[in-house]
Amino acid sequence: MAVRRLAEVQPESFAFSDENMAWAKKEIAKYPESRQASAVISMLWRAQDQEGWVTEPAIEVIAEMLDMPKIRVLEVATFYTMFNLAPVGDVAHIQVCGTTPCWLRGADDIKKVCRDRINKEQFHRSSDGKFSWEEVECLGACVNAPMVLVGSDTFEDLTAESFGKLIDDMAAGKPVTPGPQIERQFSAPAGGPTTLTDPALYSRESSDDGELRTRVVEPTTIDPDAAAIADPQPAPPGASEPAARAEEPAVVAEGSAEAKEEEAPPTDADQPEGLAEARGGKPDDLKRISGVGPKIEGILHSLGIFHFDQIAAWQPREVAWVDDRLKFKGRIMRENWIEQAQSLAGEDIDDKGSADG
Amino acid sequence: MLNDKDRIFTNLYGLHDWGLKGAMARGQWDNTKALLDKGRDWIIDEMKASGLRGRGGAGFPTGLKWSFMPKESDGRPAYLVVNADESEPGTCKDREIMRHDPHTLVEGCLVASFAMGAHTAIIYVRGEFIRERERLQAAVDQAYEANLIGKNNKNGWDFDIIVHHGAGAYICGEETALLESLEGKKGMPRLKPPFPASVGVYGCPTTVNNVESIAVAPTILRRGAAWFAGIGRPKNSGTKLFCISGHVEKPCTVEEEMGITLRELIDRHCGGVRGGWDNLLAVIPGGASVPCLPASQCDNLIMDFDSLRDVKSGLGTAAVIVMDKSTDIIRAIARLSYFYKHESCGQCTPCREGTGWMWRVLERMAEGRAAKREIDMLLEVTYQVEGHTICALGDAAAWPVQGLIRHFRHVIEERIDDYAARPAVGEPLMVEAAE
Repeated sequence: MAVRRLAEVQPESFAFSDENMAWAKKEIAKYPESRQASAVISMLWRAQDQEGWVTEPAIEVIAEMLDMPKIRVLEVATFYTMFNLAPVGDVAHIQVCGTTPCWLRGADDIKKVCRDRINKEQFHRSSDGKFSWEEVECLGACVNAPMVLVGSDTFEDLTAESFGKLIDDMAAGKPVTPGPQIERQFSAPAGGPTTLTDPALYSRESSDDGELRTRVVEPTTIDPDAAAIADPQPAPPGASEPAARAEEPAVVAEGSAEAKEEEAPPTDADQPEGLAEARGGKPDDLKRISGVGPKIEGILHSLGIFHFDQIAAWQPREVAWVDDRLKFKGRIMRENWIEQAQSLAGEDIDDKGSADG
Repeated sequence: MLNDKDRIFTNLYGLHDWGLKGAMARGQWDNTKALLDKGRDWIIDEMKASGLRGRGGAGFPTGLKWSFMPKESDGRPAYLVVNADESEPGTCKDREIMRHDPHTLVEGCLVASFAMGAHTAIIYVRGEFIRERERLQAAVDQAYEANLIGKNNKNGWDFDIIVHHGAGAYICGEETALLESLEGKKGMPRLKPPFPASVGVYGCPTTVNNVESIAVAPTILRRGAAWFAGIGRPKNSGTKLFCISGHVEKPCTVEEEMGITLRELIDRHCGGVRGGWDNLLAVIPGGASVPCLPASQCDNLIMDFDSLRDVKSGLGTAAVIVMDKSTDIIRAIARLSYFYKHESCGQCTPCREGTGWMWRVLERMAEGRAAKREIDMLLEVTYQVEGHTICALGDAAAWPVQGLIRHFRHVIEERIDDYAARPAVGEPLMVEAAE
């Protein structure tokens, strides 16, 4: 545990600015009645924002406002290490993370810059009073190590050079850019993400099995009820009555018909020919087509599609019609269902052939 | 490897709109009322069936935890408290959720609170996450504005969210310390029982959940327990945010399936270990508090709760700290010991005194200025601390040291031998002073 005491030299008094006072009243009101002590951390924080550090008079004022014994507020102020109990640098107090993940990637170099540029000792101000620094424990940006926290912002992926420049810029009053100091998108691997690259995730088209998660619906307003109109209820797990299936695509078709007004929408004449039931009562496992899940398979079954060779034979108009039914615009083509079905259908024949032979 | 379509946090890297509109386009807040209409029991049963285990480190089944909340109120309100005091060294996953995909959490709070009969959720964000807290508050405000939460909202469950914050105390990540801190006190853990589900914040029934556990809930309910349970291995199911830091070419946070191998995780997403796989010395697979593992155990290491427990380590928060052969492993662990010394709340003697003692001995061992018999003494002390404190911080401080001695005793011994072989110089160095 850290032993922390109030500074020896304290100002005479403390008062919240009018603006902060108004904020404080709102803050206290957030918590249930007679639980106003919950606001103590945020009040001390605001006092620190105002004065630069937490002073003894501020502790007294806050204790009075929250109807807490002074000693309880003092206890909080000394327990939580983000409260500065003595004046810090006028321009910036730099918190350097020194815990193992940052240490492994060069936090010692950052600390050395602090010692050379600011002060040999932590919590002591630089000779011009502009800066102070301290080594802190893990700041929670470990994949962007090493890093520092200055005021409200983190500066990540630092080197001794980039950190030195950061101090120069801050001293000169130049604007600085928080976040990674190298070419990098936040916590993604440098050089670009290795995941979340599937554009389908962001095209408002479903890239999953048609469950509730992603929808075709354009959220023109932030009104989920509006979305719900076009959205069928998710099929409860295990619900597989054909009746339920037959209803669903109908609702969907309505929604998507509105959504697009393109030339010559497919008509029912384009419906691919279906079978009343699977040949020999044995449907192919359509889920083997990448992009088809149990739900889509169910819809396909309800359309009389049971076999790979049926899908393999679809013509463009038929694809468009099924696309509409599934409300996944363009997905059949994008995921190459036809090609997949063709090869799977071929495999099927091979299997049968070898079984026969 | 997990397909993109099975990833829950689709804006992990902040490449898209974090706001309500963007979130809805990605499928969040999509007819949430329909989920609530299915009822408390259905939600809890689905969560249980999904096999989701708490993402805060301990891996307790989330659905089961929710079911501990009283079914009927005795007049006291119930609370959901979300633990966003992410401070386990190596861990930086909740940060990404809060700043880039905050609506997953806001919606999750509504769903989870409904399932446990709570009308208020309090999100406790660590003090250092200032921008993250601002972003989260903005998302909460958006949800209020769109009448998704609040009184008489369109989801039909009166519900408020309070965004609260700490001020730099790791211990507040412990659930009862967090509750103390919420009430405006020092973050000192409470004795259990009573458990928070009966006496939590303000003396009311409370469930404390990690950010990630709550944020994945809506997607699990939408896509079905079977989908989530189908990813990973039995009892270790689902997707997980992994944070890989340290000596890899490209450290990153990534959502992957539970049970991915360490090597695939590092090679696929992090560009490999710095200097190649053979240059690996050790990893800490689940945040600072779990014991490290030497490279010899890493070749086929499966990253989930049970397989890591089988090798006497743990998945923890899935924060993987990688160390290559240039690492002074004794110093690496000594720095963690310093962390625990610094963060001990001081309430229990074994932890308050033990953490400092362990750190000072390790500092000497890092120089080699120790006797070999002290290695066993140190090990003995870790067992004296472990299990003898109110909360798990004592355990967390002991485990990394145990891991070090278990796997790298020879390194400590060599260091001691080297030091002894050096010719004496002038006056002896002072032992690092403790505070």
